[in-house]
Formats: sequence, structure tokens, C-alpha cells
Amino acid sequence: MHTKNISELAAGLRAGEYSSVELTRHFLERIRRLDGGLNSFISVCEDAALAMARAADERLQRGGAGPLTGIPIAHKDIFCTQGLKTSCGSRMLDNFIAPYDATVVERLKRAGAVTLGKTNMDEFAMGSSNETSFYGPVRNPWDGDAVPGGSSGGSAAAVAARLTPAATGTDTGGSIRQPAALCGVTGLKPTYGRVSRYGMIAFASSLDQGGPMTASAADAALVLQAMAGFDERDSTSAEQPVPDYGAELEHDLAGLRIGLPREYFGEGLDAAVAESVEEAVGEYRRLGAEVVDISLPNTHLAVPAYYVVAPAECSSNLARFDGVRYGHRCEDPKNLEDLYKRSRAGGFGDEVKRRILIGTYALSAGYYDAYYLKAQRIRHLISDDFKHAFDRVDVIMGPTTPGTAFRIGERTDDPVSMYLSDIYTIAANLAGLPGISIPVAPVDGKPVGLQIIGNYFAEARLLNVAHKYQQVTDWHTKAPEGYL
Amino acid sequence: MQWETVIGLEIHAQLATKSKIFSGASTAYGAEPNTQACAVDLGLPGVLPVLNGEAVRMAVKFGLAIGAEIAPRSVFARKNYFYPDLPKGYQISQYELPVVGRGHVDIDLEDGSTKEIGVTRAHLEEDAGKSLHEDFHGMTGIDLNRAGTPLLEIVSEPDMRSAAEAVAYARKIHALVRYLEICDGNMQEGSFRCDANVSVRPRGQEAFGTRAELKNLNSFRFLERAINLEVERQIDIIESGGEVVQETRLYDADRNETRSMRTKEEANDYRYFPDPDLLPLEIGHAFIGEVMKELPELPDAKRLRFEKDYALNHRDALALTASRELADYYEAAVTASGDEPRLTANWVTGELAAALNRDALDISASPVCADMLGGLIKRIADQTISGKIAKQVFEAMWRGEGDADAIIEAKGLKQITDSGAIEKIVEEIVAANPAQVEQYRSGKEKIFGFFVGQVMKATKGKANPQQVNELLKKRLSS
Repeated sequence: MHTKNISELAAGLRAGEYSSVELTRHFLERIRRLDGGLNSFISVCEDAALAMARAADERLQRGGAGPLTGIPIAHKDIFCTQGLKTSCGSRMLDNFIAPYDATVVERLKRAGAVTLGKTNMDEFAMGSSNETSFYGPVRNPWDGDAVPGGSSGGSAAAVAARLTPAATGTDTGGSIRQPAALCGVTGLKPTYGRVSRYGMIAFASSLDQGGPMTASAADAALVLQAMAGFDERDSTSAEQPVPDYGAELEHDLAGLRIGLPREYFGEGLDAAVAESVEEAVGEYRRLGAEVVDISLPNTHLAVPAYYVVAPAECSSNLARFDGVRYGHRCEDPKNLEDLYKRSRAGGFGDEVKRRILIGTYALSAGYYDAYYLKAQRIRHLISDDFKHAFDRVDVIMGPTTPGTAFRIGERTDDPVSMYLSDIYTIAANLAGLPGISIPVAPVDGKPVGLQIIGNYFAEARLLNVAHKYQQVTDWHTKAPEGYL
Repeated sequence: MQWETVIGLEIHAQLATKSKIFSGASTAYGAEPNTQACAVDLGLPGVLPVLNGEAVRMAVKFGLAIGAEIAPRSVFARKNYFYPDLPKGYQISQYELPVVGRGHVDIDLEDGSTKEIGVTRAHLEEDAGKSLHEDFHGMTGIDLNRAGTPLLEIVSEPDMRSAAEAVAYARKIHALVRYLEICDGNMQEGSFRCDANVSVRPRGQEAFGTRAELKNLNSFRFLERAINLEVERQIDIIESGGEVVQETRLYDADRNETRSMRTKEEANDYRYFPDPDLLPLEIGHAFIGEVMKELPELPDAKRLRFEKDYALNHRDALALTASRELADYYEAAVTASGDEPRLTANWVTGELAAALNRDALDISASPVCADMLGGLIKRIADQTISGKIAKQVFEAMWRGEGDADAIIEAKGLKQITDSGAIEKIVEEIVAANPAQVEQYRSGKEKIFGFFVGQVMKATKGKANPQQVNELLKKRLSS
């Protein structure tokens, strides 16, 4: 059952080949058996999952079932799930049982999806390797010594290992696309505002966006369909109507104009990865697309601007974790200052502390203009780069990451080299654009991701472009050895 | 040396919305701790603020009432600091771009003149919760019911030159927000709070002196006292060769003193930045036009109308328009009196105001409603009773004995206007007091009052005084 795509699973449920309870048990059993070595889940909610599966089975019997009814799904542990631990990968929230569902969780529940559990992640989504999690690193199912990427590393690894048909992720600087690339799955970061952020624990509010992580673009379309849409509880969510993503999948690509930014193919890109990406672009040529060289001249400013904006917002967003109302609280605080200091010092890990410090500094009186305001101006420049590019092309393609999955521990002492693994993904967040990563030909047995960036609210186009490639290739159907 | 005081006020007015500024929780005062704090108010992980449109409408109302520009685009910013009753670790406020720009109000001074006070800006923000230090034995309790209550912070220019002017300005803003029905103005409950920035400088000097910010001024009286104390303190420091330091000082009403809370060096760096969870607030002409139509008649306009339509003097018109409730009461009473505006003004600013003051009641809680007072005045006007008897009737109404007519009837207070009856009594009094008659006739006209008193005594005050005068004069000079 775990090799089937979501449409096939849904067809099987409808045809009565198996029930949702059986399907759910199958994936729960795989998690039990296979996740020990991966560590892709922080918590698994067997009882709740089976209860939801039973409800889905009734709905399948009764009628009114949708395409996700009875389909198991895992949520990144950044999404609040009522009655379930929502840790955000941090000791700070190790004891936090969310009293409400995030909008994304609520919508997927309403669609009938069955929550298997909560996936591992970099602490508060700050990291590109899943090594900053309080719950330990996740291993890449393609190579147990390699990282799965991050911060949605648990979701990517779980989907890659076929422990779940789908998972939710969040992407602030590449946290869906980068792990999707390193684990060989499909990961879509929608346009900022397409998916509600309500109940998604904030890292950098102006960049954070939730999205689906699945085996294929067709599956991503089904999951996004349920996730997307205006939410009155999130003022930054878009009031744009949500198109029928499934209906757009099959559009012919003849005449599609693809832009290749020369800045994405320069120094720092692994030659074999470049070759693999170019090969995929060749496939698009064969599908009738036209390939154009373009330039995004401010690309080199993306990482520095991001590492001002994201820490600045995080320094403020994480102020609520103060040991007063919930979360980690130090033993026997002597006074208020002691309570704050020891609760926060003990609750947060090093990377989170590093970013809080950077962000606090960047917002300080006397530095605000030089850092935060300047970074905001760079965001405008980067958005303008894309705007000009989209005057000439329909989508932009390039590598998702400069290389394949690196070894666990390899970059933990060198934050800057870690930060550079998001060099191609960050710009889309700064501009608020949608981007998808799909698996293309691997290098040395390790997955490689092709990133496709689209214009605002062009998710349907991205899914269509990704899907057409997946119809003529089979990289997305490959699962790592031992997980088939 | 002659010193000049310079004062600017920051007023926080809690807006009278039903729900909070960024959540759907109720804003009602006095509920059990933490029962009116939802996930958003508690600052739970993942929650987001959604702006309450009613709070915006109220802020715009205020802006229009002070002739200010309403910003077509204003921005919510985060003011970052740690405090246990500040659940998110930041307060959502407006910083660089407030919703209400520069405006002004006119205040009335003691000598009858008016003075324009500039309002620098007014911005929307959320209130914090409360820290409760009693009953927790060395710990602090946190009540987040108030967290997220909408506030309009109204910042004045440093235009006031005395504590009295500061109080007049605060009262004016207080009256305005109540007229606009955007704030209940309750200072004890903290719905209307004043902070005063106070400095002194040698008269004639242009540069401002170093200021101190005074907090915890929860009545107009405390505002006045605290400013006067602070002015004295600053002058003493300077005159004894010291220097005033910039600091925040807390007023202690029990000890009638101010104490330093924190100095400038200890002040927080609030690290303001635009709140990425909220879109910029955009306000169009159509919305402003709509709010403009909802504006009630404002105190200044009402005062002018009272002066004109009711032929009132400036002082009475000012007093009667001090609050919308009082002005409404007055106008209702005028109608009930059968159009006796001046007599009504005298009664409202006289007997009624004194009785309210004596029993510490607000006009809305007056046991004598406008119709009752108007009914009484009607009986004075039509000479059913005299002004003196009317005071008795008023007291009886105050005690709840019914309306004027019923009391006049029950107590037999109806004025005697029958000339024959009065003449008869005059005759008796004249006959009974020949010595006084003699004195009067020999030129001691002051004794006339004695006769009036005797007649009134004999009629238990019910005789029409005018008639008594006339008939007595006639009789004594014959």
C-alpha cells in the first residue's frame, strides 16, 4: 500500500480493497518498524489516528468522502494539534500540549485525512539539516550517515521512506524544498499568504509558509487543495480564490518559457548536481518548453538579507517563550529575571539562541536602519528581479541545493556553510513567491532536487510543470533501499 | 528667578469595543481572572492577531473630532520588552505611522479665555494584563483579562503651562471621548489614564528643561497635585544647584509624593519594527465620510448652540456641556419645563449639581430625572409655587416622594395667589404690629422686610411673594 500514490490509495478505499483503519495500521506498523533508525517522528498518535481512521471509514461508507478521506498524513511538529504534544523540536515546548488545531490541521482533518503523528524538525524551524532538534537528528533514508535537510527534515525523510503518504512542512528560507531535494521527494512552498499561518508556530512571520511534502506533484496538488485558502484568523492570508489544482495538472507544456538564472549555475554548485539539473531541463525541452537564460542580479544579497530579517522577526516571535504561562520553566526561580534567564537558557538550543541574539542586535536602536531597513530594501530589489524575469518567462528553474545531502555533523560547527545550503531557496521566501522541488536524476545514489519557481499564486502552474516531468520520468517513484 | 512650567500629556483611553483589539474575547471589566483571555490574548504558540474594525472606527472618530488628519496608511509595530503580564513579549502598538495625525483642542481657562492645545498624534495599541502582588505570598499573580483591550494613546504637544491647564486639557479630552462614546472615561478602573511629562525653564528661555514623566495619576485631582509637586521638586533641585534627571516617576496618592521608577539609562530599547502579522491599516475617504456622519454634536458646538438658543452665559453653557449626559439632561429638562431655559440652567447648575455632589452621584444616577426637574420648574414658572418652596419640593423629589405636582398637592404647598386672601392676612399683620407700622411710616423703610416675613410665616411661605410685596406696600402707605 505504501508504494501507491494518494489517488490510488483513495481509489482502493472507495473500492473497499482496504479500510482506512487497515491503511492507517499499515503505516503505523511501518513507522514502528522503520523509524527507529530514522528518527523522523517526534510523536506518533496511534489511538487518535485509529479513531480518525474509523471516522473516515464511516464517511466512506456513508458518502461525502473527499480525495483525502481516510488517507494518513503526518504533520510537522510546528503545527498546533489539539490534544497532542506540539514541541516545535524544542525542549522549550517538550511539555506543551496544544489546546487548539492550526488551520492547516483543521482543514486536513475536515478533508478526512488521518493524523499519524508529528514529524521531527530543526528547533523552531531554525536549521538546514535537522541537527538542531531537541529530539536528535533525523537520518536520511538514502544514506544513514547523511542529513535529510531541514528544517522539515522529519517530514521529508518520512515521505521518502514511505512511512506516510504525505506530510506537511513549513518553509521560511527553503525548509520544505531543501529537505525535499535531499530526500528525493516533492515539496511545495506556496505563495506567501496562500496557506494560513494560524497555529503554525512562528519563526519569521513575513517569510513562513506551510506546504505539502509528498511523493509526487499530483499528490501535492491534492494535499495543497485542502490546505490552501483564505483564513480570517490570519490577516496575511490571501483572499484569492483557490483554483482546482488537479484540473490543471495535465496542461501541455508546449511553448512554456523556462528561465535559467545564470546566478543559480555559478560558483559553489556541485558539477554533478548541475549536470543532473541540466538533464532535467533537457527533458522539458523535449516536452516542448523553450529555455531562456535570465539573470537575477541581486541573488548574492539574498542570504545576507535573510539572515537579518529572519533572526529579527524570530527574536520577537520567540519572546513569548518566557516560562511564565507554558513551556519549559526553570526549577525554583529566585526572581523574575532569574526565571527568564534560566528558563530561556535551558529551553532553547544553541542555534535558536544564536538567531535571537543576531535578531535582537539587528533591531536595536542605532542598528535598525543599517540592518533591518536595509534588508527590507534588498527584499524589494530581489522581488523586482523576479518581476522582471516573469515578464519574459513563465517559470524559473535551477537546482534546489548546491549539493546533495551532507554528512551528519559535517557543518554543525560552521553555521555560514550551513546557511549557504539554502542559497537558491531563500530568494523565493524574500519575494513571497511559490517554489517546488522535485526529484531528478540522483548523484552517487543521493537525490537531487530541481527547483521550479513561479509567479505569485502560480501553484497550479508549478504543479502542472512538475507533474508533466513526473509523467515521463520515474525518479519520484524511487524509494531508498530497505524502505520499499 | 521666574520659572515657567511646561507640560505635555499622554492619555490612554480604553476604547469601548465589545471585543479586544486583536481577538474575539470580551473586554468587560471585573470578570474572574483569566476568564476573558483567549488563545490569542494568552500569546499561545502559533496564534495571530486580527484587527478589530470597531477600534479603528473609534480612533477615526476621535481624529475627526480634534480636526486631525486621518492617516491613509498607518502601521502596527511591535514594542518589544519582557514583562510577565505582557504575554507575547511585545506590545502591538503604532510607532512611526499612527492612525491619527496632528490635531488640536481648545481648553477653557479660569479667566474665561480659551487656549489651543496641540495634539501631536493618537495611535491604537493593545493593553497589557495585570500583575497582582497581593494574596500570592512572595509570588506574583497574572491576570490577562485586560490583555488585548484596545487603547487609544493620545499624545499632546508640550503646550500646557500649569497644572490647571493640564487638568483642563485632560478634562476636555475626557469629555470628548465620552461625547464620542468611544471610552467610558472611568479613571478608577483605569479606562482613562494620564501620564504627564513635566519640566521647568526660566521664563523667557526657549529651550525645554529636562523632563520627568509622571505615572499613576488616576484622577484629575491627583494629576493636578502630582504636577504641582513635581514642579516644586524640579525648581528646588535647580535652585539648589542640582540638575534634573530624565526619569519616570510614580505618584503615590497616599503619601502625596512622587518616586523615581527608572531613569533614562535604565529605559528599555523597545526594538520597534513593523508587525509582520498585520497588514498596514489603510483608510479611504469613503470610510472617513461614513464616520464623519456618525459624529455627534461636540462639546464646543453644543456650548455655542446653548449660548445662542437658550440665551445662556458662557459659564453656564460651559458647565452644562461638560458631559453629554449632563447636556442631554438639561435639554430634556428644558422641554419638560415648558421652555424655561434660564431657570432650568440655574436649577441644574445650582440645586441639582449641589445635591449630586453631596451624594457623590453621577448625573445618570440622579434620583430626580430630567422630566421631574422640568415639571418642578414649570410650577415655578406658572407661579404655582415660589422658588423657595420649590427647594422643599426638590428635596422631597430627591427622597423619592414622587413628582413635583404630587408633592405640591400632598403637602398643600400650592402658592396663595388669591389677592383677597393675602389682603386679609396683610390686614391682620398690620393691625397686630402698630409700633412697626409707625416706624415704617416715619421713614424706617428697612422694616418692610419684617412685614413680609410675618405674612410669609402666617402663610407657611405659600403666599406669592410679589403679591405680598405689592399689597403690603399699598396698605402701609395708605
